[in-house]
Amino acid sequence: MRQFLIFFLLLAVCTGLLAGCRAFRAEGSASTDPAVQASAYIQNKGSDTIVNLALAWAERYQQKYPEVRLSVTGGGSGTGLASLINGTVDIANASRAIKQEEIDEARAQGIDPVETIIARDAIAVIVNPSNPVNQLTLEQVAQIYKGEINNWSELGGEDRPIVRLSRETNSGTHVYFLEQVIRLGDKKNKEIFSANTLLLPSSEGIISEVRDNPNAIGYDGLGYVTDEVKVLGIAREKGSEYVMPSVETVNSNTYAISRDLYMYSRADAKQPVLDYLNWILSTEAQEIVSEQGFVPVQNHSSNTGRP
Amino acid sequence: MQRSQVTETIITLLIRISGYSSILFVSMILFFLLREGLPALGDVNIGSLFGTRWYPIESLYGIWPLLSGSLIVTLGAMLISLPLGVGTAVYIAEVAPPWINNLLKPLIEILAGLPSVVLGFLGIQVLAPFLRTFLNLPTGLTAFGGAVLLAMIAIPTIVSIAEDALNTVPSGYRQAALALGATRWQVIWGVTLPAARSGVLTAVMLGVGRAIGETMAVMMVTGNAPVLPTGLNALFVPVRTMTATIASEMGEVANGSPHYHVLFFIGMVLFFISLMVNIAASSLSLQGRKRAERVLS
Repeated sequence: MRQFLIFFLLLAVCTGLLAGCRAFRAEGSASTDPAVQASAYIQNKGSDTIVNLALAWAERYQQKYPEVRLSVTGGGSGTGLASLINGTVDIANASRAIKQEEIDEARAQGIDPVETIIARDAIAVIVNPSNPVNQLTLEQVAQIYKGEINNWSELGGEDRPIVRLSRETNSGTHVYFLEQVIRLGDKKNKEIFSANTLLLPSSEGIISEVRDNPNAIGYDGLGYVTDEVKVLGIAREKGSEYVMPSVETVNSNTYAISRDLYMYSRADAKQPVLDYLNWILSTEAQEIVSEQGFVPVQNHSSNTGRP
Repeated sequence: MQRSQVTETIITLLIRISGYSSILFVSMILFFLLREGLPALGDVNIGSLFGTRWYPIESLYGIWPLLSGSLIVTLGAMLISLPLGVGTAVYIAEVAPPWINNLLKPLIEILAGLPSVVLGFLGIQVLAPFLRTFLNLPTGLTAFGGAVLLAMIAIPTIVSIAEDALNTVPSGYRQAALALGATRWQVIWGVTLPAARSGVLTAVMLGVGRAIGETMAVMMVTGNAPVLPTGLNALFVPVRTMTATIASEMGEVANGSPHYHVLFFIGMVLFFISLMVNIAASSLSLQGRKRAERVLS
């Protein structure tokens, strides 16, 4: 009998300790919050293309408004949108527009996604600096990635095999490239990347492989491109002019592979989230866009709306 | 009742609970994997699941390229780590003087403790460019690069278990062989290694288990292209492994979608592969014990 008694006593002490721990933790978090007076905590997640820009924005915004706390993480557009749909983040960064299935899934969870175009971006097609090829048509880039062109000599380069590099399939850049380059914007076209396209987990991985490997071709947001790789001029079709990606060519719409960058929030977002999104469209925040190598959005007022 | 008895009971109880906990964990993991993975068979028809193209954006869920990718990388890793690992174990157990052992053993432990992401980083920065220029490949991000890194990860496991096995060989065997006039090499190759064979095989099996489940390093250096291997050059082209696929795609999938179930299905396949490897390893070591008992009796 005594044995049981002591056992139950021990059990009771254990439960007591656990409960105490929990109470203590609750107290701890309650006491830190008012001390910092963080009235708002905004979770921001998604596209790796945007992550550096979003971090720069978050830093500046927290300097101006210390009461707002922002956390920014990457992971890919699909990852960010999945988190928004699952209700774990306030703002999802995406380098592609939200898909209809994703809108449906979000609505099923009671979340109504609202789209904000926050910047524009050019996707640069890059090769190793030692590669003599300087320019390609959109069609040729598509043929390379579909596996129809396999040697640089077919494009006026050296006799070297082509090594195709791409981001992983959860990247918005990957999806954009699939739709606008490989399928040339044709929705009925169901062609996909050649199976021996290397899918690298990060933008930096692509840059470093292109920098080291004279056989490689890759694509990446203009903001990521360094001087160690060569950017190719792109022509919309055979015979038209080859255009280099830049702020001017994106704004004038002459560069063929440019896109909008988005942030998605929920329609019933808290006021601090709305304030933050408004600030992102201000001139001050859009200057950071240029500093980060992206293209600012020009008409600030009219690009918030439902997808 | 005696106080010591009470303590005894409680401690026995706690030990028993912790003993059973691993059974509980494994069966819970298995249950969860089956619950999330089996619906894949309903979502995606079997033909497409065992198709040859993996491209989830277009609902192409062929797992053959991933399965073969994992097997090629693991096989390559074994080709490298088996001779190196067993060789090191033989050297430590049979040949090396004590002061070298004191140096070697901690170093191998350091190798075992290296986070695989660090190895992956070295692989991307040093190994891949080296392989490309040295072997004149189109790109260094290949199965072979992954195999080399996995060999590094498997070697410490192989060395420590194989060394234990060699140390349990009774010294009477060696002395008898030497007395018959065998050279040191003949003793190692003809007596010690065969006597410790089951332990060495167990070591290799556990090394395989360690290698096939490794994620980070292979994801960084194998190039992740889901190519179905054709011919003998399969080791020198980019591959995509099952673990890397799960790791890189799990974050994007919506809960309950076909893609989600297929990723769990791949997890199931991995679980069963490592289960088989472990069963093989433990049946080998059991055989070994029976033999040892026979010898002693």
